[in-house]
Amino acid sequence: MSTRIFGSGIKRREDPRLITGEARYTDDIKLPGVLHMAVVRSPYAHANIVSIDSSAAQAMEGVVAVYTSEDIGDGLAGLPTAWLIPDSDLKTPEHPALAKGKVRYVGDGVAIVLADDRYRAQDAADAVVVEYEELPAVIDPEEAAGEGAPLIHDDVEGNIAFRWVMGDREASDAVFDAADVVVSERILQQRLLPTAMEPRSAMAQYNAATEELTLWCTSQNPHIHRFIISAVTGLNENKVRVIAPEVGGGFGSKIPCYPDEALVSWAAIKLGLPVKWTETRSENYLITIHGRDHVQHVEMAAGNDGALLGVRATVYAGMGGYLSTAAPGIPTILHGLLYVGPYTMGSVFCESIGVMTNGTPTDAYRGAGRPEATFLLERMVDNVARAIDMDPAELRRKNLIPAFEDGHEVATTLVYDSGDYPVAFEKALDMAGYGDFREQQAAARAESRYLGIGVTAYTEMCGLGPSQVAGAVGFQGGLWESATVRVTPTGKVQALIGASPHGQGSETTLAQIIADELGFPVDDIEVIHGDTTETPMGWGTYGSRTTPVTGAALAQASRKLKDKARVLAAHLMEANVDDIEYADGSFSVKGSPDQAQSIQDVALMAHLAWNMPEGMDPGFEESQFYDPPNFVYPFGTHIAIVEVDAETGVIDLQRYIAVDDCGPQINPEIVAGQIHGGVVQGIAQALCEGVIYDENGQLLTGTMQDYCMPKADMFPNFELGETVTPSPHHPVGVKGVGETGTIASTPTVYNAVLDALAPLGVQQIDMPLTSAKVWSAIQDARS
Amino acid sequence: MWPNKFDYARAGSVDEALSLISEDGKYLAGGHSLLPVMKLRLDAPGQLVDIGRIPELQGISANGGLTIGAGTTHDAIATSADVQAMCAALASACGQVGDQGVRNFGTLGGNIAHADPASDPPTVLVACGATVNIRGADGSRSVAAQDFFVDLFETALEDGELITSVSLPNCSDCQCAYVKFPHPASRYAIVGVAVCLKMDGGTCAQADVAVGGATVKAVKCAGAEAALAGTTVDEAAVNAAAEAVKADIADWLAGDIAYPESYRQQMAGVYLKRAIAAAQG
Ligand SMILES: Cc1cc2nc3c(=O)[nH]c(=O)nc-3n(C[C@H](O)[C@H](O)[C@H](O)COP(=O)(O)OP(=O)(O)OC[C@H]3O[C@@H](n4cnc5c(N)ncnc54)[C@H](O)[C@@H]3O)c2cc1C
Repeated sequence: MSTRIFGSGIKRREDPRLITGEARYTDDIKLPGVLHMAVVRSPYAHANIVSIDSSAAQAMEGVVAVYTSEDIGDGLAGLPTAWLIPDSDLKTPEHPALAKGKVRYVGDGVAIVLADDRYRAQDAADAVVVEYEELPAVIDPEEAAGEGAPLIHDDVEGNIAFRWVMGDREASDAVFDAADVVVSERILQQRLLPTAMEPRSAMAQYNAATEELTLWCTSQNPHIHRFIISAVTGLNENKVRVIAPEVGGGFGSKIPCYPDEALVSWAAIKLGLPVKWTETRSENYLITIHGRDHVQHVEMAAGNDGALLGVRATVYAGMGGYLSTAAPGIPTILHGLLYVGPYTMGSVFCESIGVMTNGTPTDAYRGAGRPEATFLLERMVDNVARAIDMDPAELRRKNLIPAFEDGHEVATTLVYDSGDYPVAFEKALDMAGYGDFREQQAAARAESRYLGIGVTAYTEMCGLGPSQVAGAVGFQGGLWESATVRVTPTGKVQALIGASPHGQGSETTLAQIIADELGFPVDDIEVIHGDTTETPMGWGTYGSRTTPVTGAALAQASRKLKDKARVLAAHLMEANVDDIEYADGSFSVKGSPDQAQSIQDVALMAHLAWNMPEGMDPGFEESQFYDPPNFVYPFGTHIAIVEVDAETGVIDLQRYIAVDDCGPQINPEIVAGQIHGGVVQGIAQALCEGVIYDENGQLLTGTMQDYCMPKADMFPNFELGETVTPSPHHPVGVKGVGETGTIASTPTVYNAVLDALAPLGVQQIDMPLTSAKVWSAIQDARS
Repeated sequence: MWPNKFDYARAGSVDEALSLISEDGKYLAGGHSLLPVMKLRLDAPGQLVDIGRIPELQGISANGGLTIGAGTTHDAIATSADVQAMCAALASACGQVGDQGVRNFGTLGGNIAHADPASDPPTVLVACGATVNIRGADGSRSVAAQDFFVDLFETALEDGELITSVSLPNCSDCQCAYVKFPHPASRYAIVGVAVCLKMDGGTCAQADVAVGGATVKAVKCAGAEAALAGTTVDEAAVNAAAEAVKADIADWLAGDIAYPESYRQQMAGVYLKRAIAAAQG
């Protein structure tokens, strides 16, 4: 018996090239004659452009051209918003690639400089003289939606881009009016910077003779980029090739199509020379999308017995100066639909108001809408526990949905696929030693030491998603994936996928799925992605969907190949197909095990086609389009233990326990890696990350000196556990695990800190929980 | 990330460096403060004179006191047995600068010339009574560390002057320590406190205290020193010093949006207590 490759923690196959510096990113690609683009960016958050004088810049050495929106004219259409939420009175203000007459956030592009050298391009960009008339700016989304706020787009009245309502307000009122207890809180989901390790980059080359444009760029979804670049340039889609070479992380920030990608394309067409742009880290912080940015007014209703009855929220979601590609979908569909969580709660209501502000545009950031929902839910559950004086773990235990194997409809109308929340919950409490901890905590409090514990039970919706649902909720695309499994005559496999992994380890996990289905050694399988000309159509890598959706397409394509192989093997061995047995990549005839055809033999014979069964086509390749019948719903329980130093407000995260269920784990090492990374990002939101703007809309956290990225020494070793509940509708039963860590960890750590501070009388602190804020809250509570 | 254009010259000696430096020129040592500022285009010197390989600026000598060449790296200072013996607080401060890569490049001279208020070494230099040795076109001079640091990013250095070394008294018979509350984002000091206690039997004959990070420059704290001197450094004295230190720095407070002045001022008191505890080790 060989060990099964599915479930084996083999090393990530992409790591050698990443670790040795051999990976080739967009900026590594050198084209002869390339021009470098620098963008003149607005220093104001909100201003009219009075004049632009580029004469000095144009005269500088090495400068080929300086262009403004006037020069572009109708050469580039505005950037589209691709998630048009229905029944929300959605406004989609124009988003020109370069500002027309007015800038709407610091960093908004005003002009581009093209020069033979990156330094000269920057020098010339600095020499472009722009006269502005500064306007009042507004950053806070609730304020921007209020009376008297400066109007950001003339055609977006009151700055309100959409108003989305989920649930029935009167029904919610009835539940809340009758409830024993109602708790409420104003929750600030601060803006976050995605900070992918590789900043964004784009390079375009145009061949005037063939009218073909090639765009290399940092994309999580090259097929969507092709679609949008074709739309904004007017080139036919089959004349646009988008290549996402190695992409160094995205966390959602490389989903959108940005002005910069359109601008290099336009300039390359205009000048007939390749054009490259790579953002600096400072630009990355200014112009690449930010995440979160909600002001939430939340209420939860419960019975005195601890029954959770309902949750409701009014959410002001900051959209920034323009509506980014998928932005409207994040605080609505991906948010409100998560309001039930893992609980038997019968009433949900959400009003989500998308508000234009003078901040950087926001869009999907790891978890996208779901962390914002899970946080408010878990925060309110802790508030209920305090209000009725019940242990928060006990309260959760009481309300968890019991185990179900195949479908459970909840009040948000979602049908969860499968779950056994109580098992994961108890496992996590066991690992943490919850009961003992409460005793230690009491003893520590007696010595004026402040220990706290936070427990989060969660489920989330990922593996986006059925295309029919995508259509119903206004997503301007499908959400299926396609894949081709192509076997060469010598029995090596090329798996071509439309999705575009960028650090997740999918080249390894997807190869493991194929190896498991077909018996090829995993090292003989190459997963090829990130090039619209080489790979079949796909909608991209985000929403924890590549393993669930692309993985399913690959499993099914592999199964088609296996069926073909079985018939061909039977034919070659002159046996009946029903008598063929398969094990570990080898087909044999029942009863005569010495007669066998390996999968490689069969592949060769299929290519040679010397001796094919009646009606069988030659070749050894199958494709599969896979549209998932439902989302997948991973779940679990996370627990954090912290100690707060009351003298300084410094938080010491002592233990972190995560029990996650993503169905069968294809590669436990990669699952652990995803959880580690996600947990770190989520904890960082609770403890240290947060964008700060001043009242004029200037970004004060514009470098890592001020914006606090998490660091390894802030974390204990994570204690991971798992349960395994397969998805009933998925060919290999797997669920996504790319975002669970970010979704579960923020409220876990936040609640642990507030639990620690409870005896001091502190009830609420806005995230991130910096020591200065914690210390001030302690002082305020004492006085 | 794309600095403006500049000329570059490397000096082989202090004399050569002084002759090369032009009006809009700057000395380049480890580059770990200067280059980031240039990459952000916050500064645009027209010329860099590289002093990174001048032998006279390197090394630590110990005879009676310590003399540390301006070009000595943080790492060399932190790991020097002489510094550890004669001024443990300085070894500790240099060992807490940035990360190992920063300590391998960044120099003591560059650090104090840059005079970032959140730097670590200046606080110890001010507490321990160090002297900064300077050469310029008109010859040499020495300035007490306390007078060298003038204000935010401002020192007593005149244009074109070069720091050659820093001297410190031998402090091996003192109880001295530097403790730091690192900023979670940058790991520079939110507050850094250096103490140096000269004990005579059970009584503190002399106390030297300085605070940085919370202040626009490293500040010598006379009130806290007075609260400690002549006591047995018991709890009451320590608490009194922790109160006094907040007043000592009141006129010099610095902060940022996340860690405001008021917080840093309070933390100076807390960290003074911790520094004393560390010094008493
Ligand atoms: C990531 C990072 C983290 C850091 N963290 C810390 C920290 O936690 N604590 C801390 O204290 N520091 C920290 N630093 C700063 C570090 O200590 C720097 O190395 C130091 O401040 C500057 O030294 P340098 O040799 O690199 O000087 P350079 O950058 O070369 O020069 C800095 C300035 O000093 C001038 N100069 C240099 N040498 C001389 C000389 N001999 N005479 C006159 N002028 C001179 C230069 O002209 C320039 O103006 C950090 C730096 C980085 C990049």
